[in-house]
Amino acid sequence: MADEVTVEVVERVAELANLQLTPEESVAMVRDLNSILEYVAQLSELDTSQVEPLAQVTELMQIGNRPLREDAVVPSLDRGTVMNQAPETDGAFFKVPKVIER
Amino acid sequence: MKYTEKPKTLKQLRVEIETGTTKATDLAKSYYERIERINPALNVYLHLSKDRAIEQAARVDAIAAQGDPLPAMAGIPVGIKDVMVVCGIPSTAGSRILKDYLPPYDATVVARLEAAGAVLLGKLNCDEFAMGSSNENSAYGPVRNPVDPERVPGGSSGGSAAAVAANLAVATLGSDTGGSIRQPASFCGVVGVLPTWGRVSRYGLIAFASSLDRIGPFAGNVRDAATILGVIAGFDPNDATSVDAPVDDYAAECDKPVEGMRIGVPAEYFGEGLDAEVRSAIEAGIAKLKAAGCTIKPVSLPNTKYAIPAYYLVATAEASANLARFDGVRYGYRSPSSENLAGMYRHSRDEGFGAEVKRRILLGTYALSAGYYDAYYLKAQQVRRLLAEEFQRAFAEVDAIVTPTAPTPAFKLGEKTGNPLSMYLADIYTVTASLAGICGVTVPCRTTKAGLPVGMQVLASHLREGTAFRVACAVETVE
Repeated sequence: MADEVTVEVVERVAELANLQLTPEESVAMVRDLNSILEYVAQLSELDTSQVEPLAQVTELMQIGNRPLREDAVVPSLDRGTVMNQAPETDGAFFKVPKVIER
Repeated sequence: MKYTEKPKTLKQLRVEIETGTTKATDLAKSYYERIERINPALNVYLHLSKDRAIEQAARVDAIAAQGDPLPAMAGIPVGIKDVMVVCGIPSTAGSRILKDYLPPYDATVVARLEAAGAVLLGKLNCDEFAMGSSNENSAYGPVRNPVDPERVPGGSSGGSAAAVAANLAVATLGSDTGGSIRQPASFCGVVGVLPTWGRVSRYGLIAFASSLDRIGPFAGNVRDAATILGVIAGFDPNDATSVDAPVDDYAAECDKPVEGMRIGVPAEYFGEGLDAEVRSAIEAGIAKLKAAGCTIKPVSLPNTKYAIPAYYLVATAEASANLARFDGVRYGYRSPSSENLAGMYRHSRDEGFGAEVKRRILLGTYALSAGYYDAYYLKAQQVRRLLAEEFQRAFAEVDAIVTPTAPTPAFKLGEKTGNPLSMYLADIYTVTASLAGICGVTVPCRTTKAGLPVGMQVLASHLREGTAFRVACAVETVE
């Protein structure tokens, strides 16, 4: 089931996850991921070819579906309070470093 | 040195506040004094909300002085795990990435507790983003177990369990994704509740793995835990995943006899790896239930051993998606060392997250990535159904299932930090119920010769919290 995880794989996955790992961290992650994946490989012992995946459990409870709420405009959080939490803002927008290189 | 002290019961405190022998404001102040004295040794509280607490307590005193009826938790000092947001009070989730974050709203559970008169003392330490089984993953230092400060309190809700065990709050809220309420409750010798998935609103809970995350109470006794669940449970329009089903009178369930109830004991929870003293404590608990007139029946849950691998794939996959929101743009930490947007994301996340969080994000991203999705994530969800169906078959034959909550008593700080997999196995008896969405209560059963608490896990089917409370009460009171 499992291919061996290498430093290249860890670096590729880190890129997908927007994580910047130091070389030491990458080496430690290779070791940890291989040990965890080796452990989870035991799932392949189970034949699940006829089993539907279960994403969450509400379907197992006998409660029926609640109708969707009305699509109405309601007051939201105060903009000023929210923007106060931003690392960098002009009060109306979130400011971020340059996106496009010229 | 031990720091344990049993909190007074809700009933005792209610009488005292109602009759005026105790003022809610004095009670809150006495808790802050105790916290000031003991918290440095245990590191349970991360932030105190004194002004808010004293204001709330004064409101309760005013109602009591007028002789008006008091709400269910009037004046009760409570603590909240730092993964739940409280408006204007720091909510870090135990992470550096949320170090100075001040949420702009209250979690529904916080609003409901306060509406019932509870006095919110502060925010409780936990593993970073609730990822851990020992509280050693907090960016703000580990919590120590009040029973023995050389030992961990369990995790991830270690602060919530330790606070009740040391009487630094009468009751607390924690969250449980794979055992994060039950295992620390067992390690600290307090009651912890895993409500059915969806039973309690998660609006304002900082998400870890959404198909598994639940909020539940910790208390010094089963009845108080039942009362608090009654206060926080129920549908919430702000959480579309909350279940719209009637909330039972859980405290009343505690008074019902257990005679004639069918209790299942699964052999799979008593195998290799179970500490001998934990085993004998649980067997003593089962003997109590038998003596109280329960029928003890063996039940079979043969796929139990696949729960940990399935859990760590589902939970990490969901975590990798949930934690994508921490990007240094809208709130939380932003790294100063970034010349462009992509670099800012990466550096902020690298400097903001701890090692276990990164490990889980990587594992989850890997499990969801092209070429591996079917083999890992989908496979884990198929196994999840098998595990849930196994419980459903068992609950056709028994009312409740009892097991050890954890395979060992509290272990020492540093004992498992070198090996992530050995830490994951601390959740071996709790993750299956998490995947199946069923409910449960952990109740102190007995202590080991060294005086370490051992908890019994009482599991019941979806929305049958009352059944779990009833059985837990019988285990507790026969002691």
